[in-house]
Amino acid sequence: MIDVAIIGCGVIGAAAAFELSKYQASVVILEKENDIAMGATRANSAIIHAGYDPKPGTLMARLNVQGNAMTEQLCRDLDVPFSRIGSFVLAFSAQEAKTVQTLYERGVQNGVPGLQVLSGDEVRQMDPLVSPEVVCALYAPSAGIITPWEYALALAETAVRNGAELRRSTRVTGISKIEGGYRIETNREPVEARYVINAAGVYSDQIHDMVAPHAFTVIPSKGEYYVMDKSECYRARHVLFQCPNEAGKGVLITPTMDHNLLVGPNAENVDEPQHPSNTARGMAFVREKAARTMPSLTYRAAIRNFAGIRANTDIGDFQISIAAEHFIDLAGIKSPGLSSAPAIALEAVKLLKECGFAPEKKEHPVTTRRKKRFRFMSEEERKAAVSENPLYGRVICRCETVTEGEIVDAIHSPIPPCSVDGVKRRAGSGMGRCQGGFCGPRVVDILSRELGISPLCVLQDGEGSFILMEETKKEAQA
Amino acid sequence: MYDLIVIGGGPAGLAAANSAWQKGLRRILIVERDKELGGILNQCIHNGFGLHRFKEELTGPEYAARFIEMLNSTGVEVMLDTMVLEINDQRQVHVISAEKGYQVLEARSIVLSMGCRERTRGAIGIPGDRPAGVFTAGSAQRYLNLEGYMVGKRVVILGSGDIGLIMARRMTLEGATVLACVELMPYSGGLMRNIVQCLQDWGIPLYLSHTITDIQSQNGRVSHVTVQKLDENRNPIPGTNLEFDCDTVLLSVGLIPENELTRAAGIEMDPRTNGAVVYENMETSVPGIFACGNVVHVHDLVDYVSAESERAGAAAAEFVLKGKREGTALTVQNGADVGYTVPQKIRVSDVEKAADLFFRVRKVFRDSVIEVRSGDELLLSFKRDHMAPGEMEHILLPRKILDQARGDTLTVSAKEA
Repeated sequence: MIDVAIIGCGVIGAAAAFELSKYQASVVILEKENDIAMGATRANSAIIHAGYDPKPGTLMARLNVQGNAMTEQLCRDLDVPFSRIGSFVLAFSAQEAKTVQTLYERGVQNGVPGLQVLSGDEVRQMDPLVSPEVVCALYAPSAGIITPWEYALALAETAVRNGAELRRSTRVTGISKIEGGYRIETNREPVEARYVINAAGVYSDQIHDMVAPHAFTVIPSKGEYYVMDKSECYRARHVLFQCPNEAGKGVLITPTMDHNLLVGPNAENVDEPQHPSNTARGMAFVREKAARTMPSLTYRAAIRNFAGIRANTDIGDFQISIAAEHFIDLAGIKSPGLSSAPAIALEAVKLLKECGFAPEKKEHPVTTRRKKRFRFMSEEERKAAVSENPLYGRVICRCETVTEGEIVDAIHSPIPPCSVDGVKRRAGSGMGRCQGGFCGPRVVDILSRELGISPLCVLQDGEGSFILMEETKKEAQA
Repeated sequence: MYDLIVIGGGPAGLAAANSAWQKGLRRILIVERDKELGGILNQCIHNGFGLHRFKEELTGPEYAARFIEMLNSTGVEVMLDTMVLEINDQRQVHVISAEKGYQVLEARSIVLSMGCRERTRGAIGIPGDRPAGVFTAGSAQRYLNLEGYMVGKRVVILGSGDIGLIMARRMTLEGATVLACVELMPYSGGLMRNIVQCLQDWGIPLYLSHTITDIQSQNGRVSHVTVQKLDENRNPIPGTNLEFDCDTVLLSVGLIPENELTRAAGIEMDPRTNGAVVYENMETSVPGIFACGNVVHVHDLVDYVSAESERAGAAAAEFVLKGKREGTALTVQNGADVGYTVPQKIRVSDVEKAADLFFRVRKVFRDSVIEVRSGDELLLSFKRDHMAPGEMEHILLPRKILDQARGDTLTVSAKEA
């Protein structure tokens, strides 16, 4: 029997695994997809929120502010791209100016550092393309941007290096109480664990219901986005929010850590959370709302649309509690979940200890990680990288300047990718303006070579997403 | 120090290097990121290349081979499997390769011949799922012709650019069923001969003024697309749905010149072409840096790429051997129904006999006329039986006519006769 089983390896499961892997305890992470961070973590606004949005006194308020404060050092230790660029909540009317004031007061109460209400002109001085209609804004200097899938990967990889075991393509089908813990049935081998953490995102209500009376319902909410070419990154220097409404934080415009511009999301409740799709209606909504923030914005340089799913619930807060004996819910983690992740992980350890979990800390757990990113290297660093490993001299993704060395390193990393998009999330290939048109076939080739599999077996992304159908000259070769 | 560094060893770079050699340059280097010369021609195994140039129908690799053979008789150096990371207005070229590591090379002149890339799904925002099975036509062509893999069995093609049309025939020949070619505009973006030979001859329907409005998937792969007719404002018309069960969508929705190096070097760009602004000799706004081929504007035929690139190579040689051109320039402007012109600027005093001018029209014309004006004065006109946006137009502007231009602009327009 293992000590702790974590169900779900989004950023929350990964953060919990990272924290627990510092202890002398056996940890298994069960992930139903073929890679980690395939749900809400892969497709969101990529913001580390300051923490003025949640109502004071909620878990969300406390964990957001605490998580925000932890993120910077964590990202430095784990070499995750993060930058505290600050955010604005823009007010376009006297009515919205009141909302900004309310958010300011709420933020102060929540302990958010450095908040200021700035005039429209002050905002436009700091972010010149913001609409002339803006009358004032809440400025939150502690808000930041992050690469969310890399964040989850860094946490999970470090957990794995500390001995945690990740089982991918392993879907939980049932949980039963056994002597001293739980038996977790999956589509593969069952797992027996003394403690269980439910970090199943949009499915966290279903996992909860396997061991405890129904307590909350996830209401999946879809958000659609545009990603723009690097040529557009200059348009926003800060995260530009509009005033929040019932549906959420509204449509934002922000630079990303890869120097793209991100525009979105809308919010629409959906029945089927598995593969959120883009709709003409949703994309039109995003364009219409974003034009309010930045009238000069155009979509000429759009390079991708995507849609993500939020694990909204029918309760007003995160569901973080002991759901049953030895069973912890880290459930219904909606926004600001990404921002709160490291604090939620600490919360999980605290709750486990309340349940009797009492292992010693490891003497020297791994808590750091380093990654080579050719595109961010100086000339001298590039020279050194290629002389150390010639594969760093072969550029595979020309848009993002990703080398074969980085791709091969990713394929042999602690959580190896099994798809072209898995390589993309790790090495950055295919993220750019040609969206893998050029490097896609080359990455298929490298994956096939390094994993020793036929190119026909290489996936684009999730299970079943085969790229190639058959060889053209079967007879000739036979 | 090189006399000339050519960036890109596709048809444009090959022609430019050959031409510069013929004009007397000796220290010439081609930097090519792929493992062989020839560029996109290597995957274009269909015929139809070289009708103008060689008066015969060659395949893409054969066409490239003619130029590579010419190059073999010169002393032009070639660096393969080598990426240019940066150029600057001091004509320094930063390159990297697995074999030779990081190098900074210097040149007296540079020819930019990086070609173009395909527009993607993200650029046009097709709604729906995001499964495997959506390819740009060129990527699918690479898998099929160079790697030997079929990307799908039941195919819908969006866009009627030439690569899409060629791939409709190619996929059919390999046993796939091409269900439809769907074009947003009321006319095709490709050559008429490709419409006939690649769609009509194979019974593949072309739906003009239609687009894909939804992509659905099963198990991570395309399973279905919805196509709708568009009104004059390009909005889908309800009730016009055509439904296709398919496993693959190929996109042939335009090409974008690949100019990241150009922009980073501070060279003036033309938003109409997404390429550099060039003079009559293909020189950019930075003296000694020239550009040619699809990196300047997207061509319809490779024959024209070769011709344009030979002019660029010759001009680079002239720059190195004789120094820079100093003449004042006329700016060529779009008139009615002209989308862009190349060159954008003409230094009349440097034009020997005539200046080549290329452009594309914005709509389909039957009996029509091209007019070149200086102010209100008509300098030249050319009759055309047929013009279409999918086909590049070429006119010659004789020096003696250019000398008559008053002011500093020329306007090129198209109209019904």
